[in-house]
Amino acid sequence: MTSLSTDLPLRKGFGLAQYAICLKGIVWREALRFLHQRERFVSALVRPLVWLFIFAAGFRSVLGVSIIPPYDTYVLYDVYITPGLMAMIQLFNGMQSSLSMVYDREMGNMRTLLVSPLPRWYVLTSKLAAGVAVSILQVYAYLVVAFLWGIEPESPLGYLTVLPALILSGLMLGALGMLLSSAIKQLESFAGVMNFVIFPMFFASSALYPLWRVQEGSPWLAFACELNPFTHAVELIRFAFYQQVSWLSLAVVFGCTVLFLGGAIIAYDPSRGMLVRRGGPE
Amino acid sequence: MSVLPKDISFDQASPAPRSEGPAALSVEAVSHSYGKRKALDNVSFSVEPSSFTVLLGLNGAGKSTLFSLITRLYSTQTGSIRIFGYEVGHDPGEALRRLGVVFQARTLDMDLSIQQNLLYHAALHGIGTQETKARAAIVLEQTSMADRAKDKVRDLSGGQMRRVEIARALLHRPQMLLLDEPTVGLDIKARADILAHVRKLVAHSGIGVLWTTHLIDEVYPEDNVVVLHQGKILDKGRVSDVVARTGVADMRAAFTKLTGSGPAGGDS
Repeated sequence: MTSLSTDLPLRKGFGLAQYAICLKGIVWREALRFLHQRERFVSALVRPLVWLFIFAAGFRSVLGVSIIPPYDTYVLYDVYITPGLMAMIQLFNGMQSSLSMVYDREMGNMRTLLVSPLPRWYVLTSKLAAGVAVSILQVYAYLVVAFLWGIEPESPLGYLTVLPALILSGLMLGALGMLLSSAIKQLESFAGVMNFVIFPMFFASSALYPLWRVQEGSPWLAFACELNPFTHAVELIRFAFYQQVSWLSLAVVFGCTVLFLGGAIIAYDPSRGMLVRRGGPE
Repeated sequence: MSVLPKDISFDQASPAPRSEGPAALSVEAVSHSYGKRKALDNVSFSVEPSSFTVLLGLNGAGKSTLFSLITRLYSTQTGSIRIFGYEVGHDPGEALRRLGVVFQARTLDMDLSIQQNLLYHAALHGIGTQETKARAAIVLEQTSMADRAKDKVRDLSGGQMRRVEIARALLHRPQMLLLDEPTVGLDIKARADILAHVRKLVAHSGIGVLWTTHLIDEVYPEDNVVVLHQGKILDKGRVSDVVARTGVADMRAAFTKLTGSGPAGGDS
């Protein structure tokens, strides 16, 4: 047993290696959970495919998409909505992990995470990173099917250049979910999240239709779409998929990530957070 | 059982001798309110290393709030909570790494195996895979769960899950163990097993234990007891002293007299 008791008495503080182990452990658990919940994987994959195979196919002839950046030629509707569907996968994933955090908190899993001796901001950020990793797995799984359907970027390099955009948009949507999770008390509230967060964010964005189209129909809606951070996540991904950068979208997504994550860390802070204000343990 | 005394080789260097070193857990003048409702009112007590302290109180006494404060779900509004001298609010990392926690709610991942659950917990404490596997073998041996390490948690009984949760709480070698109503929902045999196991840990490894319960038959005459009622401590100390002070025959009668209401004797 001698080898096991060498770490005590404890040295003060934590080394870099311990931070790395913690991050690895959280990501590993998230991935394991994802793989074990096969239905979650299947439904995460089927959802965008339903949009692609049915919705996009149906609208293919109705909606023409003119030449707008980043496209330098006319594109088919299913090509147009692919970046939007990638972002949708991440939106659902971000909200689902927020649901799991509410669930975790009620079931006590979140409690075990929060008693980690490592700094709370670090633990929460690691949890967020784990969710982003899972969402990126889902996006690439979708891209494989889309490729078989004939949808691909101009150059295979697009698969690579879209990755940083996916990381950033995943962080933003995950952080938003985390922020919401601190405010949601009941498990059932996910229906509310669907109605008040997911649907408005998804439909009032450039995911399904280009903004100039929306502008024709309703300038107000177009304005709302431009304010919607999800629009910028979609555009960031769209441009990156074509090896370009939309600087405005990059700035908005980055800014929102900082804002949402900062809010979530404050919300989970024991002294300032909403946990206190909401009135004690359940 | 021959493995026990040697295996729980918590290093004795860190918790100093009882009489001189800091208490394993010390709660000093802690009050906590949710809005206008006062959940804890000037609560003070301490748990020494190598001691088994029972926090006895009915539902709503403030046990959960106290638990949330010690585990830093909320920060302390007034007063201070120290674990081996480290204030939970000022030095959370040092305090929490010395603390093992078994929550009342089940907190294991049902879809993962026992070993995967333990690896995850250890990672949260910055303990790597190899080290964890070695430690897991020991803590699971102690809890007689060694042969189930690869099994999914979902396939375990309630009592077995509790034993795994205790094993998990010990993985990072805490010197203070906190258990929140750990026997709720268990059958009589499982309750007795868990209680005996934790008492053995105290005897052999020198850790301090705070065991919260509303079940009076979990209190032994040699224990320390803290009677919490409606956020206030009504009495604390050795069970025999509390009983003597109250002027009754046993702890059950003492509790009834102190709180003006009877405790539950069986399971809830």
